Amino acid sequence: MELKVNGKLHRVDADADTPLLYVLREDLQLNAAKFGCGVAQCGACTVVVDGVATFSCVTPIAQLAGKEITTLEGLGSVDNPGPLQRAFMDEQAAQCGYCIAGMMMRAHALLLKNAHPSDAEIRAELEPNLCRCGTHMRILRAVHRAARSGNGANTRGSK
Amino acid sequence: MTRQGRDPGTARAHDPAAGDSDDGTPGAIISRRSVLQGTGALVFSFATGSSAVAQESSARRGSGRSPSLPGSLARAPYLDGWIRIDAQGLVTAFTGKAELGQGIKTALLQVTADELAVPLERLQLVTADTARTANEGYTAGSHSMQDSGTALRNAAAQVRELLLAEAARRLGTEPQRLSAEAGVVSSPDGRKLSYGALVSDSLLHVQAQPTSKLTPPDRHRFIDKPQPRVDIPGKLTGGQAYVQDMRLPGMLHARVVRPPSYAAQLTKLDTSEAERMPGLVKIIRDGDFLAVVAQREFLAIKAMRALQAHASWHESAVLPERKDLTRTLLGLPSQDYTILDSQGGAGASASSHEATYTRPYVAHASVGPSCAMAQFQDGNLTVWTHTQGVYPDRQAIAELLSLAPEKIRCIHVEGSGCYGHNGADDAAADAALIASHLPGRPIRVQWMREQEFAWEPFGPAMIAKVRASLDSSGRITAWDYGVWSNTHATRPGPAGDLLAGQLCARAFQSPAPRPLPQPEGGGDRNAIPLYVLPRAKVVHHFIPSMPVRVSALRSLGGYMNVFCIESFMDELALAAGIDPVEFRLRHLEDSRARDVITATARRFGWAQRGPGGHGTGCGFAFARYKNLAAYCAVALEVEVAGDNIRVRRVVATVDTGQVVNPDGVRNQIEGGILQSLSWTLFESVGFDTRRILSLDWARYPIMRFSAVPESVDVQIIDRPGDGFLGCGEASQGPAAGALGNAVANATGKRLRDLPLKAQLA
Repeated sequence: MELKVNGKLHRVDADADTPLLYVLREDLQLNAAKFGCGVAQCGACTVVVDGVATFSCVTPIAQLAGKEITTLEGLGSVDNPGPLQRAFMDEQAAQCGYCIAGMMMRAHALLLKNAHPSDAEIRAELEPNLCRCGTHMRILRAVHRAARSGNGANTRGSK
Repeated sequence: MTRQGRDPGTARAHDPAAGDSDDGTPGAIISRRSVLQGTGALVFSFATGSSAVAQESSARRGSGRSPSLPGSLARAPYLDGWIRIDAQGLVTAFTGKAELGQGIKTALLQVTADELAVPLERLQLVTADTARTANEGYTAGSHSMQDSGTALRNAAAQVRELLLAEAARRLGTEPQRLSAEAGVVSSPDGRKLSYGALVSDSLLHVQAQPTSKLTPPDRHRFIDKPQPRVDIPGKLTGGQAYVQDMRLPGMLHARVVRPPSYAAQLTKLDTSEAERMPGLVKIIRDGDFLAVVAQREFLAIKAMRALQAHASWHESAVLPERKDLTRTLLGLPSQDYTILDSQGGAGASASSHEATYTRPYVAHASVGPSCAMAQFQDGNLTVWTHTQGVYPDRQAIAELLSLAPEKIRCIHVEGSGCYGHNGADDAAADAALIASHLPGRPIRVQWMREQEFAWEPFGPAMIAKVRASLDSSGRITAWDYGVWSNTHATRPGPAGDLLAGQLCARAFQSPAPRPLPQPEGGGDRNAIPLYVLPRAKVVHHFIPSMPVRVSALRSLGGYMNVFCIESFMDELALAAGIDPVEFRLRHLEDSRARDVITATARRFGWAQRGPGGHGTGCGFAFARYKNLAAYCAVALEVEVAGDNIRVRRVVATVDTGQVVNPDGVRNQIEGGILQSLSWTLFESVGFDTRRILSLDWARYPIMRFSAVPESVDVQIIDRPGDGFLGCGEASQGPAAGALGNAVANATGKRLRDLPLKAQLA
């Protein structure tokens, strides 16, 4: 089947019941979405599907035909980071960083629908995502910073 | 843990006295001279000769000639084992420590750049790799800056002086007339020689000297300046940042099939359904060790499930009743070590007080389950692992596979944060064992969430009992403290420490558990208060028998002991009618301890806080980690309604000696506080008499954003020119103590059993 990921169509040869996470990581060789629990309890695998934060570990690719899938790689690169990525860099918002891609994609989905969320709204939105290192304060600051920059949800900054 | 009902009884193969001062690095004496044929990677031999290696164990016993060398230079004295410079002037630094998300790479680069006088971007860093770096034991115990940072700092300074001397020789002048900057030596008359031009093969292959000409703090360009972490950009953009992200040509995906419980034995296995799956490569059974290997990852998961469904196990009830845990542990035989017994004169006691505190088993609960890659090729094995100790892991795997250690190369690649001994080493052994059945193919093993939760070695359950007397002026006249704990160190070591070693047909014996010695200690870490107590006794009741698999969890016993001591100090202050901060200061002489306490109280507005009660309260706590690393004080404010404890604001102060990356220190202290609040509020491993039951995040809840404080404010007391003190585990104990004290202040209820939320329900 065909999957549209980060604006590009990919022909994927995988069983229809395969969760998106494994197709992203194995077939498309994208690193950002992470295996954490496999049962939608931790958020490490979060990607954005048609503007909505989605657990890729429990979403079979059969459900994704014709949908727009965005992963962290779609927000920018090391050389040209998007505004949300820049905000996380500026706040040094990572320790081990394993949860961070999922955190950022959930924050991205929030900023798409609400460009200027309150602190309470950010916390409520990020509730499904776990961080074990205790980087929460920096994650919150980074999302606020991205929102302040005014184009937090843009995929690429005006660099 | 007692696999198949065995009680570990044999003596440990390693002399504990030869162990690392932290989590028990086994006293391995392994030749590192071997040049391994890695799989396609450039490999060169580590610079220390075997003569230096032979000194390693004697040095650590204190009788060799290297101990006077700073930091880990004592273990690996050759300068070119730490720093190499190529003809183009590109500098490579080598560390035996591993990046665990604590930011160590960046801090080590800062130190090296400053002392070597090179720009940071001209520096590369190679981390823990048995073919390339020194054996620095485990990356644990907040030791990395003290051990490796000190070694690199001194090595870099000595290399700089060697380059200056070489330049002086070539220019026919005195070294002190020359200056080094940005990788170039300059003379006053304008002549310049680059490091690349000065260096030769033999110039840096010399042993380090005991003292170095260190750059004074006022000339630091990188040390003590906030430096963005070098590992963060990749992690924020989907770079290949973790062992989980590795893809090697021809790689196969493996999953292990674990027993349902510790003592379970495989009685029947029907592999036919799994074998019918297209893309299945191999089913491996070695005793009770079971694994599937497949072409694709999701297929490996399906095959794992098929095998699970058709495996029968004989299970035994080897676990204690959870509700009787404290009684069970106290009823087990203990080895009692009196670690403090001072009989100073004290005034008459006016009142006496006592209390008992308990902690349950606590999981490391890494967000990413453990993962490893291994490839067995031409008789050599390469393992990519997020272990905290590549050398000890290599030794364990060598024993497991009956291979010479020289045939194995263990390379550290980052994983999800581990916070101590989680499943990392076991996953590496799984990958190695599976790879030995499929020569030539890189094997990637990814544990499932429930496997990590069921099989990781937990932080041990603990009990502490304390009794103290106060005189009429509110001074402590006597202190009697006992702590009961299993070992906090079952790291490999021997193959019997590895799950694969225990499960495979050869069934390696778990070595006899042992306590970690003072002054750092294990279950008794931080059991000796830093307070001035004229008459005090502290006993470590070490319990060898382990009903549940346990090992090192960040700060070991330090978290629990500081929680107990700081809770009890609060109880005593209350009994004496003295402000808790004032009460602590009256019992402290150490000026650095006093400084972090007063700075925290001031920043928090301790003197201006409300009286507490009606669901609102403030708490304070302090400790110096291990009584020899960083000092940290924490004050915080809570709101309590029903069983809901909301931490509103937190203020912390840390003194970690010479600061290298201030933002890195803040990140560690912040993270330590939040992780400790999660442990203290919520966490407890669930089990029945057969099985571990807390196998997912619903049954092992940790902190989510709804419980995150409104603010966490960390201030640093800088000590330029001092040595490095580790800070990665400094804040956990004080955060727990402050939380318990704040809840008591808010509710009038003193909660002595962790986690706190369960006590309010």
